[in-house]
Amino acid sequence: MFWNKPMETMGRGEMTNLQSLRLHDTVERIYRQVPYYRNKLQALGLLPEDIAGIEDVGKLPFITKQEMRDNYPYGLFAVPLTEIVRVHASSGTTGKPTVVGYTKRDIGIWSEVMARALTYAGASKHSCIQVAYGYGLFTGGLGVHYGAEMIGASVIPVSSGNTARQIMLMKDFGTTVLACTPSYALYIAETMREMGLEPGDLTLKAGIFGAEPWSERMRQEIEDRLAIKALDIYGLSEIIGPGVANECACQDGLHISEDHFFPEIINPLTGEALPDGEKGELVLTTITKEGMPMVRYRTRDLTVLNRSICDCGRTLARMGKVLGRTDDMLIIRGVNVFPSQVESVLLGLGETSPHYQLIVDREDNLDTLTVLVEVTEEMFSDEVRRLEKLEYKIKEALASVLQVTAKVRLVGPKYIERSEGKAKRVIDNRKI
Amino acid sequence: MIIKQISVFLENRPGTLAEVLGVLGEHDINLRAMAVADTADFGILRLVVNEPDKVERVLKGANFAVKTTPVLAMKVTDHPGGLLAEIKKLTASGINIEYVYAFATATSDEARVVLKVDDLNKAEQVLRSEAPAASDVGDGPNFYW
Repeated sequence: MFWNKPMETMGRGEMTNLQSLRLHDTVERIYRQVPYYRNKLQALGLLPEDIAGIEDVGKLPFITKQEMRDNYPYGLFAVPLTEIVRVHASSGTTGKPTVVGYTKRDIGIWSEVMARALTYAGASKHSCIQVAYGYGLFTGGLGVHYGAEMIGASVIPVSSGNTARQIMLMKDFGTTVLACTPSYALYIAETMREMGLEPGDLTLKAGIFGAEPWSERMRQEIEDRLAIKALDIYGLSEIIGPGVANECACQDGLHISEDHFFPEIINPLTGEALPDGEKGELVLTTITKEGMPMVRYRTRDLTVLNRSICDCGRTLARMGKVLGRTDDMLIIRGVNVFPSQVESVLLGLGETSPHYQLIVDREDNLDTLTVLVEVTEEMFSDEVRRLEKLEYKIKEALASVLQVTAKVRLVGPKYIERSEGKAKRVIDNRKI
Repeated sequence: MIIKQISVFLENRPGTLAEVLGVLGEHDINLRAMAVADTADFGILRLVVNEPDKVERVLKGANFAVKTTPVLAMKVTDHPGGLLAEIKKLTASGINIEYVYAFATATSDEARVVLKVDDLNKAEQVLRSEAPAASDVGDGPNFYW
């Protein structure tokens, strides 16, 4: 099933022309309206007319998450705030989130690409779509929500959590499509079993799972346990949110909505473009977005590109499942977590040592984060309640900055192994 | 009287108590009293020893989180109601007891009690003025306070 057949099956030549026009237009706009971009282009001696088409994209400088932080909150917006109808944000490493703004038209683009994602999964106006991604500043919940409304499906905006209720609603409302993180899907399956429910007790047909990396093995498990087709979805708030690339029923790569987001694969060390099929860092350029265009955004996600025509008939380039990251970012229950965030929280409290370690596990298919904190002389007390209070304080501070709950475990001085070089801040025990 | 208590942070894993005791044994430290307060995640070992300053030094040297805290030490008569009588005095003066641990010695007809209270000096005064005989602790040969 196609949502937008002309775009999804456009010939390569025609697509290149469209991308060229849109890229040129984007560069014109950012040059005119975003001083930060203009300065970057001027520093390289570039004028908008130097970018005649998509073949010139490599002349443009990259932009990174750090630069988004440097321009916090609205520095990269290309329209006045009066035109911005929505702001989303993802957690930041230094307490400040990275902010993105959408115009009315941007929300329309987002709805369109999410409508595609849902249609690829077989959803239609006959579907009942349960959105179990979080709603709020996180883009997951609202992104799926808009796409589901656009295709005319019945939307159940449960948000994440409260699993037993989640399952009850699925059963009572006749949910046919579930959207959440893959680890939460497995947790739902687990809970269903505990409640004595079989997949046959539900009407689920498909699931759209994303916001964290997952393997083929995990896909198999979800499909077996829930008796559904499980499809991958890729997105990031910097670009638009979920819907940047979506799997079709062939489950052989995620179709990038190339008419809105131009993909490149580069060598993360040299920045050089890599040919299709070679693994490297995904770089995305928004070519239609108005509120906050991102030109050559370094996603830090490692993957491969495939521009061959898919068995489903779509010509849209496919990216492989994300194979890893080029930085130390962790994705825990769909939320981006940087070790440096933990560090700034601990140092901010003023009584803890800078020696810490993050232990990530997957228990009952849910990611858990434990932060080990060394007890220093200053923070140590002979009274249990003082230490417990400190533990609680650290936990609260972490939760508010990370947007994900972490267990805190106090350990003795020098418990955490000291390293000569880069400290081993993360032990990830998840088998994805 | 007021004595120095050594508190040591214990991680919640097997062998941490043995590690502390090992260090004390190596340095010829004798323990007079000890108590462990534990939670789900960690424990606090509280010690009364013969050489508190040295103990603090050697334990810190062995990478333990250590704190010296002044606490109240008192003798109570080793018969029913002996401790109650002392505690009542503190209560009557509005002193809050944070924790307490007790131990008896084989050669004495008195038990020893260690108390952490919110107002240490006041507590000491209360016990001293009202019952000098029971709480005025001497430097007996078997004692480290």
